[in-house]
Amino acid sequence: MLFDFIIKAILAAFFLGGVLNLAGLLTWVERKQSAVMQDRIGANRARIEFKSWFLAPINWVLAPLNALGLFHSLADAAKMFLKEDFMPKGADKFLHTAAPVISVVFALLAFSAIPFGNVLYLKNHAINLQIADINAGILFVFAMMSLGVYGVILAGFASNSNYAYLGGMRAASQMLSYEITMGISIMGIVLHYGTMNLQDIVRHQSTHWGFMVQPLAFLLFMTAALAETKRVPFDLPEGESEVIGYFVEYSGMKFGMFFLTDLVETVLVACLVTTFFFGGWQVPFLAPDGFHMPWGAFYLVPSKLIAVLGILSFMFKVAFFNWLFMAIRWTLPRFRYDQLMHLGWKILFPLSLLNTLITSIIVVLRK
Amino acid sequence: MATKLMKRQELSFWDRTYLPSIGLGLWITSRHFFYNLMIHALHTVGLFKHIRGSVTYQYPEEQRPLSKRLRSRHRLTKREDGAPRCVACMMCETVCPARCINIVAKENPDPNIEKMPASFDLDLGMCVFCGFCVEVCPEDAIRMDTHILDIAAYSREGMKLDMQKLLNPTTSPSDPNRN
Repeated sequence: MLFDFIIKAILAAFFLGGVLNLAGLLTWVERKQSAVMQDRIGANRARIEFKSWFLAPINWVLAPLNALGLFHSLADAAKMFLKEDFMPKGADKFLHTAAPVISVVFALLAFSAIPFGNVLYLKNHAINLQIADINAGILFVFAMMSLGVYGVILAGFASNSNYAYLGGMRAASQMLSYEITMGISIMGIVLHYGTMNLQDIVRHQSTHWGFMVQPLAFLLFMTAALAETKRVPFDLPEGESEVIGYFVEYSGMKFGMFFLTDLVETVLVACLVTTFFFGGWQVPFLAPDGFHMPWGAFYLVPSKLIAVLGILSFMFKVAFFNWLFMAIRWTLPRFRYDQLMHLGWKILFPLSLLNTLITSIIVVLRK
Repeated sequence: MATKLMKRQELSFWDRTYLPSIGLGLWITSRHFFYNLMIHALHTVGLFKHIRGSVTYQYPEEQRPLSKRLRSRHRLTKREDGAPRCVACMMCETVCPARCINIVAKENPDPNIEKMPASFDLDLGMCVFCGFCVEVCPEDAIRMDTHILDIAAYSREGMKLDMQKLLNPTTSPSDPNRN
């Protein structure tokens, strides 16, 4: 019992630590990727240097990190913590503080159902590389993502500001609209694989990844999930250039937590797309005993290495999707609000219903 | 006035899905991304330094190449003996639209030249860098070719140049090739 508990704690520390670090790194990625994309250099002036001569070796190590501007994320965090935590007159103190916590906590909780590796066999223990092996994992993930809306709405409500209130309302309607599409588009996957357990869904994708059997669902899910992250081209709740989002009245690290939530959700969406449509921890041609190449060759791989390869594969896929989402964020302009609702309710929603219908018919006919 | 009615372009099915356009946009931005990334990576190992990976000039360390005809901070030219070429004819002071030049004339000891400036004050805080003073000067005594751009001071007084400063333009430490 205690052993299981320790194992789960280690897995949670490993996975959530990785997620939070990746989210922090994404602030740097966002700056640098947009800069390189637009023929610029990007932020590179935050640097750590030591004056003493005996610390010169450390400077030598830090120099390339300085040149890459990696310490801008640290500088940002330091700035956020040192800024005044402003609360407007008449704001609800408890809810104003709770709102950013709610958004970030539920965004992080959703990760617990995501499998990041196959079962790892250590001595005679079988460790399932998943924080919580929930039978209806999909429902759990969607519940957590839906609860994240509360943070946004509460931020608007508790700020005692009409602008924040309007921003919160906009955010709520957008997220609710797109959640429906997201939930229904994933039904295609559930129907096809016949399970709601995320680990089982990934296991079913050993030969054909999800996007091969459900290409339309993949597009719909990715669009809806991007809308869930509240980033460009779906950033109407915050409206970076107009500054009338739900967090206008937030400053300091509370604002930073909303910002972090956006990035954590980007990672979450990347994880979900990987899990549902790109085979999670599956490595192409890798069966539980080794590589079965399509031309008939076979390479034996030890089981521990397979588990490690699976984790690496998962990380690589998540990194790729993060890159893709950043590229989309810096390529596309923002929707107008009526276009957003039009896209959500009149295009994506019927298409997801149609996808579910066709998938159901095919599944029934196959039986 | 006749109104010309423009017919709105009909979008095809694929246009209305936006998917091809999104793909094209992503293709263009990713092409820039990977090309620039490759150039930056090659720079770090010391190759292809002549191809720029970005259009950025990292200003204090790196200066943009300036055009020869760019109007920058003024200077007064000198004769062979080091005296100012200026004959205090007041042409520049008269033509200056910002009235930033103030000249006090005095007798020139050289009998061939009538006058010379006792003081030549120029307020850069008022100057509009139109270059009229350079155009109007009959003696080629004032020029705006120092390529000094980083003009800044903590007070209005600091922006005022006297004859000494105008005759000996200081160079910025970041550009050794400047006059």
